[in-house]
Amino acid sequence: MNNPQLDTDGQLRHLLSIEGLPKKILNQILDTAESFVGVAEREVKKVPLLRGKTVCNLFFENSTRTRTTFEIAAKRLSADVISLNVSTSSQSKGETILDTVDNLIAMHADMFVVRHAQSGAAHLIAKHVPPHIHVINAGDGRHSHPTQGLLDVFTIRKYKPELHNLRVAIVGDVLHSRVARSEIHGLTTLGVPEVRVIAPKTLLPAQVEKLGVHVYHDIDEGLKDVDVIMMLRLQNERMNGAMLPSSEEYFKTYGLTQERLALAKPDAIVMHPGPMNRGVEIDSTVADGKQSVILPQVTYGIAIRMAVMAILGGGAGATL
Amino acid sequence: MTDANTPLDNSQLPNAETLLHTLATKLTPLLKPNTALVGIHSGGVWIMQKLLVLLEDAIQLHHIEHGTLDVSFYRDDYAQRGLKAENRPSQIPFDVENKHIILIDDVFYTGRTTRAAMNELFDYGRPASITLIALINRGGRELPITPQVVAADLLLNASQHLQLTQLADGSLALDLTPQHNSARP
Repeated sequence: MNNPQLDTDGQLRHLLSIEGLPKKILNQILDTAESFVGVAEREVKKVPLLRGKTVCNLFFENSTRTRTTFEIAAKRLSADVISLNVSTSSQSKGETILDTVDNLIAMHADMFVVRHAQSGAAHLIAKHVPPHIHVINAGDGRHSHPTQGLLDVFTIRKYKPELHNLRVAIVGDVLHSRVARSEIHGLTTLGVPEVRVIAPKTLLPAQVEKLGVHVYHDIDEGLKDVDVIMMLRLQNERMNGAMLPSSEEYFKTYGLTQERLALAKPDAIVMHPGPMNRGVEIDSTVADGKQSVILPQVTYGIAIRMAVMAILGGGAGATL
Repeated sequence: MTDANTPLDNSQLPNAETLLHTLATKLTPLLKPNTALVGIHSGGVWIMQKLLVLLEDAIQLHHIEHGTLDVSFYRDDYAQRGLKAENRPSQIPFDVENKHIILIDDVFYTGRTTRAAMNELFDYGRPASITLIALINRGGRELPITPQVVAADLLLNASQHLQLTQLADGSLALDLTPQHNSARP
């Protein structure tokens, strides 16, 4: 199968989704990110790898956190960064995505970080650009958000290095979540033996079991003895029609409270990709509690994005 | 110095453990207060670990700290070769500012690794001085950089690749192989 993410030597050329990435490349990204964590603690929080390169953040859909962390990551690699909020620029005047990209290539952009509400937007750009240009998917529709999936896996590995012994629960709006899909692929590829998804039927994609997960509709049952709880945001803005009675009702049935957290293993960690709806999917005492690793996730997100850009930006790709 | 026209083979290489003792002896006068050892991955770190044992008394006396550098993020061939798959976090657990740094490498060749290491060190702070020590200077420098302390000089052909390896019992050994593209130190 032709995998547009890899070049003919099997090296990473674009990062579009975790699906289709061999374990070796996933581990390479995670290991490289490990080296970048320490860079942020130095007097000079920068390394010179992408000096003289231009990274374009193309955000056709808003996301402050993702855009900011990509921007910081690129700057810590010494790249010049341009962040375009395309929803308010040429697109509104009728320019197509590929015309926007071609114009930026004419300005000598070297790498594109793409966020779009349509699934497949980053693939479209990756297929279009010349070989020396790299594309990173920063979230496309309901499809994929590979760097978020990678940073979640990285966070898990940091706190629970024995991936082969873990029980991980993903709780909430799996149907609308591109993060959940990326996480499931990452976790199963790296050998996590048990991934559970916990959600009402209306928030699960059809045939979700085929991704290799165990499905629970009762959160109290699903959280029993898990090592990791990954909460998902209730994606209000993506909901068409009434899939749920109300957010209060959702909190009662699926919200993560201290009582529910106690069902998991005593040293379980709690994660959330942000932004959080406090009191909807997660109680404030849990979000701010000692088992929460939600802020370290943000910190590690920068190291992961640095690793991906550094692997893509050098030579003919990674040397494995 | 050996004659570059008659290439060395593995049997003519000096014993790495013997060279380590020579290096330790030469290093001793440089150990003084406010000094820190920094090994460059991988060979330089192995040598540093051995020196920490061999020179334990002086190191404790002067409270000499130590750290490690992986220069992958500072290499000048990144644009051609990309990032190596195996890179390890650099660990400098002391304040570099105003320290006398003893930088440790296994085989000194072109000087490019040293340049990368110095650039990285300066991102931690401004050291008082940097002294470069290496087990072997194999000749062939391409930059105005040279080690101040070496245990041995060997003149090798560009077609030869000299590498320090760590054996299963933890001892170090030198290994000479035909140069391959990705192995330039």
